[in-house]
Amino acid sequence: MNGWTRKNGRLVTELAQQEAAVIRGLVGQIRDMLTARADEAPTDELAELTGIRTGPTTPPRDRVLERLLPDFYRKDPETGESDEEEADAAGAMRSLHEPELIELKSGVAATVLETCPAEGGKVKLTAEQADSWLSALNDVRLALGTALDLDEETPEELPEDDLRQEHLNIYQWLTWVQDSMVEALWP
Amino acid sequence: MTSPAETEHAEPQVEESSSEDRPWVTIVWNDPVNLMSYVTYVLQKVFGYGREHATKLMLDVHHKGKAAVSSGEKEKVEADVAKLHAAGLWATMQRDS
Repeated sequence: MNGWTRKNGRLVTELAQQEAAVIRGLVGQIRDMLTARADEAPTDELAELTGIRTGPTTPPRDRVLERLLPDFYRKDPETGESDEEEADAAGAMRSLHEPELIELKSGVAATVLETCPAEGGKVKLTAEQADSWLSALNDVRLALGTALDLDEETPEELPEDDLRQEHLNIYQWLTWVQDSMVEALWP
Repeated sequence: MTSPAETEHAEPQVEESSSEDRPWVTIVWNDPVNLMSYVTYVLQKVFGYGREHATKLMLDVHHKGKAAVSSGEKEKVEADVAKLHAAGLWATMQRDS
């Protein structure tokens, strides 16, 4: 792949079979994780009647999922201040918003799986589909970055015996794919 | 727009500015994964900011660790945080300090 270019309002690139397989595999895994989380949510007869969905009030225990589905409130790390009322409201806020967030993230993943040919080749996206790709690729990078314990000091090349290098290479390639996409989308 | 961490505000002198009246702000926190280009793009897309303003906010997040990117009624800020979560940014809401 040589990056994304914009032609007649469409975002275009050419993917090798292996590249398409990496993207489809990782995006599919994120979608499956999100589906599993959604399935854990308690079924609620009232919600079924009213159509108002409620999600869990506690964050996922898995830290990758926790990064994808963050809390609405955070204690200020410098001052340590947090409004007690706000902290109590975090669970309610999660319950209210998490189902929709999972739906949006699953939706962008589905768009990638529909528009990324399994055998590789030409990819041609509308602006809307391209925005879905950006969000889905970002979710994959958030998941990999969390699993790899990346921080701003992580070098591009890890020590030779570090087993994370192969995963880090994929992460770095996805970073490049995403950045190239943003550059192509900017007017 | 300034980052709430950067300025010292005087204690409220009048009853009208109790915590109930303070507006809410959307905070974006720095994280090691989100790309500078992508964060700028998302701020432009979600809030309709110009590229220059969006870039300034992104740099505040990058250098200061966080930035207030929008403010207003609680419901509005709540919706803003939800949109930023959908885009993968690390966003939270709090009352303006």
